[in-house]
Amino acid sequence: MNADETLDCVGFYCPMPIVETARRLKELKTGQVLEIIADDEGIKQDMPNWCKQTGHECLGVEEEKGIYRAFVKKTG
Amino acid sequence: MAEKDKMTIIVYSGEMDKALAAFNLAIGGATSGMEVVMFFTFWGLNIVKKNEGSIKCKGLMRKMLNSMNRGGTRRLPLSKFHMLGIGKWMMQKLMKDIKFPPVEEQIKIAKEFGVKFVVCTTTMGMMGIGHDAFIPEVENFAGVATYLAAARDSKVNLFI
Repeated sequence: MNADETLDCVGFYCPMPIVETARRLKELKTGQVLEIIADDEGIKQDMPNWCKQTGHECLGVEEEKGIYRAFVKKTG
Repeated sequence: MAEKDKMTIIVYSGEMDKALAAFNLAIGGATSGMEVVMFFTFWGLNIVKKNEGSIKCKGLMRKMLNSMNRGGTRRLPLSKFHMLGIGKWMMQKLMKDIKFPPVEEQIKIAKEFGVKFVVCTTTMGMMGIGHDAFIPEVENFAGVATYLAAARDSKVNLFI
């Protein structure tokens, strides 16, 4: 999946990946995609659930060897 | 989303671990687009007291209470395994390990996302302390009706 920007949250636990995602998305333009890399497994469910509440679109969370890549498209 | 969902948290406890739980939830709510109000009451006042300076109050009993119950983010004990501060020191090391922000940092993050802090005036009256005992992030001092006005139309109401 292609992203416009990447956010490295490896080593961070809840709620920091969400906080950093919220911060970074403010700087992005509508329609741009942010890739969030994390190793806290909570993000697998947290990112889609966060998007459900904020209205941003979660394009998916990929998992590979304990590293999670979440893709979030900024809306509105 | 025309109107934002609301969330309230009553912070009754004054321990570091419980403060972290409260801020974690508040930050989670605020970053998820909710309007969050934290209502600090009883021992919870310690979390939003200034670290520096002395607490001004009148009367022997209040002076005793406020010296034993000084408060401020740096003085919050652990609710379990505090062990005269050794347990807290170890917990802080473990938190640093997972890059988990300490209470003072979480206060800043909460404010960045618009969380409102209200301090209970009844507790202030009982303890004999004024507005000057608190950090500037506290923007409101009020009682139960103010809490209920916020809680009544909130979707999430928590007591910690």
